Amino acid sequence: MYKYEYKTLHDLLALAEKEKTTLSDIVVRHEVESSEELEEKVRAIMASRLDVFQESIDAGMKDPGKSVSGLVGGDAHKLAEKAPNLLGPLAHKAAVYALAVSEANAKMFKIVACPTAGSCGIVPAVMMAAAEEMQTPRPVLVDALFTAAGIGAVVSRNASVAGAVGGCQAECGTAAAMAAAAVAEMAGGDNDTILQAFALCMKNTLGLACDPVAGLVEVPCVKRNAVFAVEALAAAEMALAGIKSVIPPDEVIAAMAEIGRLMPVALKETSDGGLARTETGKAIAARLEKAMEE
Amino acid sequence: MGVFDVVGPVMIGPSSSHTAGAARIGLMAREILKDEPKKAVITVYGSFAKTYKGHGTDRALVAGLLGFSADDVRLRTSFAIAADQGLAIEFHRSDEEVDHPNTVRIAMTGASGRKMEVLGVSLGGGKIEIREINGAEVALNGEEHTLITVHRDQPGIIAQATTVLAIGHINVSNMRVFRSAKNETAVMIVCTDSPVPNEIVHMIQNITAIESVVTLLPL
Repeated sequence: MYKYEYKTLHDLLALAEKEKTTLSDIVVRHEVESSEELEEKVRAIMASRLDVFQESIDAGMKDPGKSVSGLVGGDAHKLAEKAPNLLGPLAHKAAVYALAVSEANAKMFKIVACPTAGSCGIVPAVMMAAAEEMQTPRPVLVDALFTAAGIGAVVSRNASVAGAVGGCQAECGTAAAMAAAAVAEMAGGDNDTILQAFALCMKNTLGLACDPVAGLVEVPCVKRNAVFAVEALAAAEMALAGIKSVIPPDEVIAAMAEIGRLMPVALKETSDGGLARTETGKAIAARLEKAMEE
Repeated sequence: MGVFDVVGPVMIGPSSSHTAGAARIGLMAREILKDEPKKAVITVYGSFAKTYKGHGTDRALVAGLLGFSADDVRLRTSFAIAADQGLAIEFHRSDEEVDHPNTVRIAMTGASGRKMEVLGVSLGGGKIEIREINGAEVALNGEEHTLITVHRDQPGIIAQATTVLAIGHINVSNMRVFRSAKNETAVMIVCTDSPVPNEIVHMIQNITAIESVVTLLPL
C-alpha cells in the first residue's frame, strides 16, 4: 500500500491538506513511490513533456500545409494572422496554439497524447499561452502539469479517457478539464479552486459524442480543441472568482462514466453516427475511400 | 494509468491506436525477425484497412520495420527511407473478418533469407499485442523482457528451460505455452523481470527439442 495513493479527487485533496501541501506535490510523491525513481528524474520527464508541447506548437505554426486527407491544416496560421475581434489576448493565443498542436497531430508531427492524440492540443495550448502571457516560471509550469496529470489519472481510473468507451467527453472533455485545473493553479488558485475549475469545465463537456468524419482525427477534432481551450480558461476564471460547482468533482467524473455507458456505440468513435453520417461527412468518407482504392 | 500515460505517450500523430500502435507492431515484428528486413508483405484488416491512409498506419508500420520508435519523426517519410535501405514493401488491404478491428499481418524476409510472419493488433493508447508468430498462437505486448522458444512439444521441456532460468537467477513474471497439436510445434513465452543474458539463452538453445530461442527487449 502506498502512502500517497489517491483513487479520487477527494483523496487527493485530503492528502494535500493532511500534508499541508499542494495537489501537485502529492501527485509527484505518489509517482516517486510507485515508480521507485528519484524525484529529479520524475520531474525531468514531465519537464521534457513541456518541451514537446512547445515543439508541436512550433511545428503547427510553421507548417501551412494540409493533412493527407486535405480536411485540416492552415487554420492556426489563419487565426494567428488576424487581430482578435472578440477574444482577449490569452484566449486568442490559446485558440491559435490549440489549432496548431491539433493540426500538427493531423499532419504527423510529434505530439504528446494528453490524454489522447485527438485531444492533444488543449492542455499544451492553455498552459503555454498562459505561461507566455503571465510569465510563469518553468517549475510552476511543471507543477501545474503534474496536477493536471494526477487529475487525468483519476478520471481514467473512475471513468475513461478513451473516445471508444466514453465518447468525446472522455477525450476532449477530460483534456479541457485538466487544462482548466492547470491554468487555475498557474494563476495562483488554491487546491480547492483547482478542483472547482476542473469540475466546472468537465460538467460542460458531458454528453459530447465522438463522431469523427471518415474515422480520422480531424473533423471535428481539430477545431474542437481550440474551442475547448477557450472553455478551459472560462471555467478557470470562474473558479478563481470563487464560483463553485454544485456537483462535487468526483461526482462529475461518475456522471461522465455513466453517460459514457449510456451513449450509443454509433457515437463512440465508430463513425456510424453524428457528424460522420451527415451528407457532407458521408461524401468525404466516400471520396477518401475512392482515393485509397486508386 | 500513471501520470506519464495521461500526459503521454510522446508520439507522431495522428492516432495512438492507428499510428503509434502500428509503429510499435512494426518494431516488434522487426525484433521477432532478428534480422534486417529486406522484404515485407503487409496486410491490414478492419479499421486499419478502412482508415490507414489518413492515419498514416502504413507509414507507421514501415517505420517500425525500419527500427524507428513511435516518436521518431522519420516515421513521416518511412517509405522513402525503406526504398533507400533496400526494404521492399508490398501493401494490401483485406476485407476478411478479423477478431480485432485494428489488425495487421506482416510477412518478412530478412537479409539472411530468414522468414517470419506475425499477426499484430493495436489495442488503443499505443498498446499492442502480437497474436501469431508463423501461424502459432502467442500473446506478446512488448512491455517486458521476453524469451520465446519454438520447440517440439514433448514432456520436460518447460521444466528444463525454467531450471536454466532459475540457475541464472532470472525471475519469471508471466509465462504461457501454446502448441499447434500434441507432439507438434510448440511456442513458449516467458516474461522476465530482468534481461536474459546470452549464456543463459545458449543453455536454453542447447536443450534437445528446442529449435530456436528469441529474446525481446521491452519496446
